[in-house]
Amino acid sequence: MPEHLMCELSVPGRVGFQYPESDVPAAQLPEDMLRDDLPLPELAEIDVVRYFTRLSQLNHSVDTGFYPLGSCTMKYNPKINEETARIQGFANLHPLQPIETSQGALALMYHLQMWLNEIGGFAGTSLQPAAGAHGELTGVLIIRAYHRSRGDTKRNKILIPDSAHGTNPATSAMSGLQVIELRSDDRGNVDLDALREHCDDTLAGLMLTNPNTLGLFDENVEEVNRLVHEAGGLIYGDGANMNALLGIIRPGDIGFDVLHYNLHKTFSTPHGGGGPGSGPVSVTEQLVDFLPDPVVDIIEPGDEESGVPPLYGLVAPNKTIGRVKAFQGHFGMFVRAYTYIRMHGAEGLRKVSENAVLNANYLLAKLRDTYHIPYDRVCMHEFVAEGRWAEAPDIHALDVAKRLMDFNFHPPTNYFPLIVHESLMIEPTETESKETLDAFAKTLIQIAEEAHSDPELLKSAPHTTPFGRLDEVKAAKELVLCCVPEYARG
Amino acid sequence: MNIPADLKYSENDEWIRIEGNTGTVGITDFAQDQLSDVVFVEIIAEQDEELNQGDACATVESVKAAADVYLPVGGTITEINEDLLDTPELVNTDPYGEAWMVKIELSDPSQADGLLDADAYQKHCEVRLA
Repeated sequence: MPEHLMCELSVPGRVGFQYPESDVPAAQLPEDMLRDDLPLPELAEIDVVRYFTRLSQLNHSVDTGFYPLGSCTMKYNPKINEETARIQGFANLHPLQPIETSQGALALMYHLQMWLNEIGGFAGTSLQPAAGAHGELTGVLIIRAYHRSRGDTKRNKILIPDSAHGTNPATSAMSGLQVIELRSDDRGNVDLDALREHCDDTLAGLMLTNPNTLGLFDENVEEVNRLVHEAGGLIYGDGANMNALLGIIRPGDIGFDVLHYNLHKTFSTPHGGGGPGSGPVSVTEQLVDFLPDPVVDIIEPGDEESGVPPLYGLVAPNKTIGRVKAFQGHFGMFVRAYTYIRMHGAEGLRKVSENAVLNANYLLAKLRDTYHIPYDRVCMHEFVAEGRWAEAPDIHALDVAKRLMDFNFHPPTNYFPLIVHESLMIEPTETESKETLDAFAKTLIQIAEEAHSDPELLKSAPHTTPFGRLDEVKAAKELVLCCVPEYARG
Repeated sequence: MNIPADLKYSENDEWIRIEGNTGTVGITDFAQDQLSDVVFVEIIAEQDEELNQGDACATVESVKAAADVYLPVGGTITEINEDLLDTPELVNTDPYGEAWMVKIELSDPSQADGLLDADAYQKHCEVRLA
């Protein structure tokens, strides 16, 4: 049954909320700012509760089903994260409180900065960026500021491999740099010959997603980083795929200069409608002074013997690029990520990545005979398959994705990366059991059989959702964003 | 797959029809098929603008992806196909006809010598579909 819009359920005069008696004098508002209409839906509290509860039950979420959305790392979000984020001293803080009264929060931020330094192999971290792409923008602005501070003003070019995340070119363009796309070689690595052509004194840097969007670890990464550094450029690491590397490789140790993390991917904070995200940026020693203002630091050392704790405060780096976010960023996410890191410890984090890689390779091995795998080699935390068969010419990746919904699986990312035809990008994450992976593989194999025996079943999928196949062309072209109810019209 | 013999092609899936010193540019049947349903076309190039070979002149957005359209040969923009703004689906239905994107006055006709002919472009498509 299709759901009504809330405004369609409105009944004039129905009230869902009563104001408490005012304990302050009524304020006199200017006459011309007063109005006697307010076109909002009028509903009782129970109607509103039922409405949103029903809508929430229509959602697919990681709490209700497998969510192998490639590059998004839709891992389980442990519920203890929610408990710690609700501790009163964290949840009820105001960001403008004097630092003496918010030492616990500042200490948590300080330690999270330190742990991210340690995990990535870096010297300094800013927690401010709101999410991944914002972290990229912050990182590229740091690279630009570094070159300019040296009077090196002609470096205006940034290289981005065609297997990078789609946000990389956008953030570089926003920073005023010229974006040049680098092709991949036939093993899915950065093509070194293409790279060499651009290694000159106009090179600001290169943005490397590693593992890349094919789920492959770039076998040339050290040579890529060496060539760029030799030309005077810096390496930006898109850490969205850090879930493959925790405790195994530290990007800072192999030549990366800047890296962002997605707390909402790797470190289990809510994601995909449940956010907000959080995209901290870590840098090497030579870039620490350019970090956004402020970072958390110890401003008065404590004394362990007499039990006096250090005083944490907010400090502006010397050559800071300035503030990139209001207040300190998405603090609630810091508490959740901190909890996640504490719960796992160093060894636990390494196991996270080992199991994420193992799960992806297990699925890959199960599907390889049924789905064509371009760039077929040992993958990292995800892999890319093709949703097409020569003997089923009408079937596209989109049809496979839609049919998966009939089995309560969230579809994989499709049509990205662009360098694979009809791509299905599958990332199981470490939190799924062998039973879930087996059920998913079995379903994908069944769908491949259906593609040949009953293609119409795929073309018309999904069949079990409240709405069937949506008209994507109409959705993109006819932007009707809200419904104006009868009572609110002219 | 429709690949007219009288056009020249770029590796990036643009076509150009050269008549004397003028060229008409659009994207190929292969390109529209890969993009699937086109929902927006934006012509970035402006009337009388001088562009080099390889400069972006338009953006095509489908339900799957957005792609830039590059000039296969440099030149001055003499005409822009405004119809595509309201009826982007022409790119799917008539890529070599009504869905032309820009017309240019060629700045250096010899640049066209480096483009692919229909046979070479056909092979270029087949390799990618294999």
